[in-house]
Order: sequence, then C-alpha cells, then structure tokens
Amino acid sequence: MTRPDITFDVRITDTTLRDGSHAMSHQFTEQQVRHTVRALDAAGIQIVEVAHGDGLGGSSFNYGFSLTDEFDLIAAARDEASSAKIAVLLVPGIGTVDDLKRAHDAGAEVVRIATHCTEADVSVQHFKAARDLGMETAGFLMMAHRTSPESLAEQARIMVDAGCQCPYVTDSAGALLLNQAQARFEALIDEVGDEAWVGYHGHQNLSLGVANSVLAYEAGVKQIDGSLCALGAGAGNSPTEVLGAVFDRYGIKTGLDVPALMAAAEEVVRPYLRRWPKMDRNAIVQGWAGVYSSFLLHAEAASDRYDVPAHAILQRCGELGLVGGQEDMIIDIAIQMSQKARSDT
Amino acid sequence: MSQPRKVTAAIVGPGNIGTDLLYKLRRSDRIDVAYMVGVVESEGLTRARDLGVEASSEGVDWLLRQDVLPELVFEATSATAHRSHAPRFEAAGIQAIDLTPAHIGPMVCPPVNLNENRLAANVSMITCGGQATIPMVAAVSSVTAVPYAEIVASVSSRSAGPGTRANIDEFTQTTSQAVEVVGGAKRGKAIIILNPVEPPMIMRDTVFCAISPDADRDAISESIHRMVGAVQEYVPGYALRADPQFDDPRGQWDGFSRVAVFLEVKGAGDFLPPYAGNLDIMTAAAARVGELMAQHLQEVPA
Repeated sequence: MTRPDITFDVRITDTTLRDGSHAMSHQFTEQQVRHTVRALDAAGIQIVEVAHGDGLGGSSFNYGFSLTDEFDLIAAARDEASSAKIAVLLVPGIGTVDDLKRAHDAGAEVVRIATHCTEADVSVQHFKAARDLGMETAGFLMMAHRTSPESLAEQARIMVDAGCQCPYVTDSAGALLLNQAQARFEALIDEVGDEAWVGYHGHQNLSLGVANSVLAYEAGVKQIDGSLCALGAGAGNSPTEVLGAVFDRYGIKTGLDVPALMAAAEEVVRPYLRRWPKMDRNAIVQGWAGVYSSFLLHAEAASDRYDVPAHAILQRCGELGLVGGQEDMIIDIAIQMSQKARSDT
Repeated sequence: MSQPRKVTAAIVGPGNIGTDLLYKLRRSDRIDVAYMVGVVESEGLTRARDLGVEASSEGVDWLLRQDVLPELVFEATSATAHRSHAPRFEAAGIQAIDLTPAHIGPMVCPPVNLNENRLAANVSMITCGGQATIPMVAAVSSVTAVPYAEIVASVSSRSAGPGTRANIDEFTQTTSQAVEVVGGAKRGKAIIILNPVEPPMIMRDTVFCAISPDADRDAISESIHRMVGAVQEYVPGYALRADPQFDDPRGQWDGFSRVAVFLEVKGAGDFLPPYAGNLDIMTAAAARVGELMAQHLQEVPA
C-alpha cells in the first residue's frame, strides 16, 4: 500500500467544520461551511474535514441532531474547494460503510476512521471499503492517553494492515502531557513509519495542543490537526492559525499563508462562534480527568436539567472510564447524582 | 397424566454463546439438548461431552446423519455459516433459532412478538443490543406513536467477539431495522460502543423515543415498567437505572418530546461472566424462544 505524497514538511488538516461541530452544537449552516472552506482553501489548507462532530451518521438524540444534512454540507464544501480535499470522519458503531459511500458520492476524498484506542479491529471493514472507493485514509486511535505507547502502536499496526495510510495519536481528552505524547509518536513511527505516515490530533484542555504538535513534528509526525479559533470539543483543538504561525517561526514548511489563516479565524469563523472554546473549569477537568472532549456541552445540558455541577459530572465520567460515544451515560450520571443529593438532604 | 416428552434439540457452534446456551437449556423441562456440533475439536465440544451431550467436530453433515434428528436447532456460529445451514435445516423439517446476524427468518424479541412466530421455520434473534432495547421501544409504541427511536448499547470490550468486531455494521443495520419492524418505531437508529475499562463494565443500554408533547407520560411509564417485568422473567438482571425520563420539545427535535430509558443488563453468570449481559440476554432470549417452540411441538405427536 502506498501513502499519499506530502509536499511540505508537515501537512495540516483543518477540522473546524467537523470537530468544531461539537462547539456549534451541530448547527452549521451551508453558508458558514462555504465561507470557511473558501477561506481555508485560499490560505493553503490541503485537507478540510466536514461532518457531524461524531462523524457520519452522528446526527441523533445522543449526540445532537444536525441543523443541515451533513451530506449537503460535504457537497457544498466540495463545491467551494479549488485545491483542498474534503475529508469526513467515520466512527464504526455510529456510521456505516453505506454512509461512507454517500459521503464519497457527495465529494469526500479522504476518510478518517476512528475507534477507541484499544478497539482498532472494528475499523477493518471500513478501511477496506474506503480503499475500494479509492479514498485516502487516516485512522484515529481516540483517547490515546488510555493505553500505553506500545499497545497504541500495536493498534496502529492493525489499522495500517487494514488499509490505513496514517494512524493518528488522537488526544480526544486533551490529556496527554508532553512526554506521554512524545512516547506515543515515537512508538507509532517505530511500528508503522516505514509504510504509513503518523498523525496527531490535539485538544487544548490542558493547553498542550500546540506544544505537542511541535514535539510531533520533531518526532517525525507528518499530519497534524487544527481548527480555526480552536473551534472544537472541550477547550477546542490546536488553533490552526497558531499552528501556522508557530511552524513558520520554527522554519518548518506547511505551505500555509499565515496572515490568510489569521484572517480566516478572525473574519470568517469568529463572527459565527456560539462559544469560543476556552479553558474554563469544565474543560480543564476534561483534560485533567481524561474525559472525551465532546462530553462538555452534554454535561452542561445535564447540569441544567438535573441541577448538579457539570464539572462534577465530568469528573465522574473520568472515574468510570467512559469512552467516546457514551454521551447517554452523562444523563445517567446526572440522574444518579441528583438522586443522591436529594437522599442526602 | 404422564410427563410430556422432551423435545430433542441441537446446538451448532460450541463457542462461548453455544456453551452458555447449553447451560441454560439443561434447566429446561421441555428441551433435551442431545447434540453439540462444531467444525473443529474444541474446549466447547469437550465441555458438552462432559455434560453427557453427544458432540461432534464434523459439522452439520454429522448432525443430519443422526438416526434421531433434532426438532429444534440453535445456531451460534456466524452469519455466513448459518446462511448455508438454514436451507438444510428447513428441508429436514428442523425449526431453527438463529443467534447469528444472518437474518433469514422473522426477527423475534420474546416479550414482543414471539407468539406470532412460534411456528416459523427459522427465527432471527436480531442482535444483543436489539434484545435489550426493543422491548422498551415496543412498550412505548404500544401506548403512543413513535416516529423515531434510537438505541445506544455499551458493552465491555471483552464481551465483543471477533465476529461482532469484523462486522459491526451488521449490528447497527440489523438493530435499527428491528427497532422499526419489531419495536414499532417509524424510523430507527442503533449505536454500539465498546468500552475496555477494567473491571469490565456491565452492559448498558439507553433507549430514546420521540413522542408527541401531549402523549400520556404516566401510561408510557407504566408500560415500560410492565415490559421490564416481562423481560426479567428470562433475564433477572435486566433493570431500569432510573424511572423513564421525559424531556419537553427542544429546537432540533421537530416539535417532539422525548422519553429516555436507561437500562442495565447483568447476565446470569451461567457460563459467561455476569458483565456480559449482552451475551446473556441473547442466549436467554433464544432459550425462551426454544421453550415456546418446544411447548407447541409437545402438543403435536412426535
């Protein structure tokens, strides 16, 4: 299997329109998507991810319903991009190969297939289908802090053998400290680096997304994710415009136009933000307790509904070892906590 | 009156599911598991022999050569294997209870639609998540229209076998179809999550149903509680985590309200560990179906 050519030192994938969907409660309009893609494309971004935050098929009670059908958003993005490729996220167990085919028909050329960091074997059928469709592939090993570097590398091997061209150290909880992130980059590159690229997807819950991205580059990681204005789950992703500026100052070539990226963040994305992802107490708890970043808004909603503190709900999510996709458990935890509070008084 | 005769049965597939099913059926007054069949020698076959069951590694060919053929066969292999076996069972007049995702016969969930399917040549046990959640969808849809129902099944990684992992799309598709066809929702969606936490988590399921804002919430709650009781008859560890939760319409719910049901499914621990409630509810439901089919067979001359 071949891996795609990477023109510059590192290739930045922008996920404002996918991970950012969480912070937007999945309410992106077609117009917002068109303007964002146009700005990213003009700034030299080569891959733009567009989907429901939880990936294809994520529109649901559990994760939140999309305002606009994601296949319409993918088609609109494809329409606006002159050189960037459109990527989608697929989480097996939520989305299916049928969804992937529809996304491909709508213009997606890249798919990132995501599993919990110890469950890579559920992605095998989807990687095969993606390669049969001729799509470029990446694999997300989510909640990468939850397993050792060695075991993460074994899981990356399963994905690569199935057709994954770039397994990612996916720090869904924004929990990886510098040395922990570095050990995982090195383990994956040792295991699959001769045949596949390795990627890094960071969150800012502990403010380490950009620093880990620099370490990633130094370790040999070739694909790194960012979002304009950090728009993403939890405290958001490594901001694309900051990644552009930092790599530029290091003299690391990304092919990005830094002023154009800053303009895209400031003039295109910032006006439509419903919330600017930030390191407030709830988000820090996510990084500190190792909680899937997308749980943030759901915990806040459950907090309002059941009158228990969101940070306490999130802390409990970490103690229970919940994984991505178990948003329903947030309600369950809030109910149990509110019942306990009532019986204690 | 003399004791009614026991109905002869076979289990095809001596893995964890087949073995757990054997343990359950040994308690049955109506079913005698005479045969356990695999395709290679295995611990499961040895275990069956130790329990006095005739066991063979020569597959369905061996089973169909026996002088006394089973009247019921439980298949716990793979969808591919069952697709090739099913026509042979039917030709031999053997009723098949299919625990694989092959989905050849009607989909059955015991407290919902067993009686209407007890004479079917082949019944599909849907999926583990389907067995756990469809009774709740049916409980709601029996009281009020359900335009959309969504189920989320969380299972421990240890209880998800290689078959499930290689074909996870079959789970989501078969379950969502059954949420509609058996559960009575106009549109269904299914989500499955594997969680590797140690010690392993007990199976958890959540059922969300869209309902009219003026639906009778008390009647829905009562129907849900009644249905939980019906499932507990064969899965004692099936329980609500909390009373059904009703939420008023929100912006993205198309004007509908929502009822949410939070379930825990703890297995009986017959052969499989109790956390594997997802596997237990499958074997318990299959045993339940077998019992009712056997009851009917007992009423007709052998």
